[in-house]
Amino acid sequence: MDDSSRIWRDRILPGATGAFMVAAIAMVFLVVPSEREQGVVQRIFYFHVATAWICFAGFAIVAGASIRFLMTGSEGADRLAHASAEVSLLYTTLVLVVGPIWARPIWGVWWTWDPRLTMTVVLWTIYAAYLMLRRLGADDDAVRRYAAVLGVVGSLTIPFLFLAIRLWRGIHPAVMIAKDPDAGLKDPMMGWTLLVANVALALLFAWLVWLRTRLIRIDEQVAALALERARA
Amino acid sequence: MWAIVRKDLAIELRTREMLSSLFLLAFLVVLVFAFALEPERLAGAEVAAGLLWASVLFAGTLSLDRSFGIEREAGAWTALALLPIDRGSVYLAKAAANAIVLLIGTAALLPLIALLLGTRGIAPSAVLPVVVLLGVAGIAAIGTLCAAIATRSRARAVLMPLLTFPLLSPVLIAAARATAGALVGRSASEVGSWLLVLGGFDIVFLTAGWLTFDYVLEE
Amino acid sequence: MRGLDYLAAAYTAIWIAIFLYLLAIGRRARRLEREIDELRRQEPRDR
Repeated sequence: MDDSSRIWRDRILPGATGAFMVAAIAMVFLVVPSEREQGVVQRIFYFHVATAWICFAGFAIVAGASIRFLMTGSEGADRLAHASAEVSLLYTTLVLVVGPIWARPIWGVWWTWDPRLTMTVVLWTIYAAYLMLRRLGADDDAVRRYAAVLGVVGSLTIPFLFLAIRLWRGIHPAVMIAKDPDAGLKDPMMGWTLLVANVALALLFAWLVWLRTRLIRIDEQVAALALERARA
Repeated sequence: MWAIVRKDLAIELRTREMLSSLFLLAFLVVLVFAFALEPERLAGAEVAAGLLWASVLFAGTLSLDRSFGIEREAGAWTALALLPIDRGSVYLAKAAANAIVLLIGTAALLPLIALLLGTRGIAPSAVLPVVVLLGVAGIAAIGTLCAAIATRSRARAVLMPLLTFPLLSPVLIAAARATAGALVGRSASEVGSWLLVLGGFDIVFLTAGWLTFDYVLEE
Repeated sequence: MRGLDYLAAAYTAIWIAIFLYLLAIGRRARRLEREIDELRRQEPRDR
């Protein structure tokens, strides 16, 4: 890896991430006005929504990297898929943790099977399945191919998942409709805050993936070295 | 083409074991649910439909695992890859054989469930076989692919359900709802959207399996 | 619990999760690098 891209990733990426994070936090807690209906709790929504859409973007990355690996055998693509899946799992877990924390004061229940949360649960299981395959799959290099195929196929299920869940849970009690988190972005500052939060969390995602990819590469180095020594 | 048919038939001989284990397992799952949750609570078309697909999913996943068992044990994995037919067709042949097994199993299971849980209010409509066929095809499509992927892992038995269940979520949702409708006499148009989901799923994933099987069988 | 409590809980959860993940990556990276050093140190002996 040449020096210029190292500087980019070791300095600029975390730097930008940090900067945007600070900005986002500042906006969420200090700048943006409270929403009239939900009060202070609504401030959770900015990070919550930002985390959520990145989970979906994560699938696109895993699918794209998997396809690239299958077609070109690029090891970098394989590492990207692996790392992205893991960080996406982290983000999905956060959505599932923050979701109930937001739901309890707003809807009065910790959990509901509304389309969004239900979808997120299944997304979580798909990511988990991918990572389990990585861990438990075949012992040799073939596991990369298998994982790549799973990555592609898993991502393909998403539109069907969306459709099926919408048809199933979409038509639901008024409780949900009344307090829809997206309704009521009245103040323009809210839009800006959401945007900044999105950028901050996206940059964080990129940085975490970068760190994780580096770890994978070190892992591979160790495995290769150990193999060499075993043969010697 | 003939090669595929021959392969299919060869698999049929194996399927008798698969079929009996599938049926038995599914039956056991139904019993487990009946014992764990009061059987009286399990009455009604919705529960029957849900239980049907849940048990087929559990049992089917575990049985499909045997799909590539013989190749693996006999060391014929490489031989399979070297067959003079393209690998995509191997996938389709296996999937078709598995689908047939699942179909028979499910068809046998449904009346049994109705018997055990009570047939009150159940008046199946003509769309029921269509739903079952589409649902089973989806399970076969994903199950066969995942069986091939999981087959060389030491944790194969655990990996199969881990991979299959999340991917089959849309099928489970759609098939259970459509079957519930079909069991109380709804027509094709009323459960139409579910049928579309299932049909679309089947087409997309049979194609995806056909396209990617090359990568799965590579040695 | 007041609204503010939930807000605090949510953001705390997010930060803890990110922090733990970074910690986990960092620890494993350091352990692996130590392993590499060891493996490299042992190599000259075989030559």
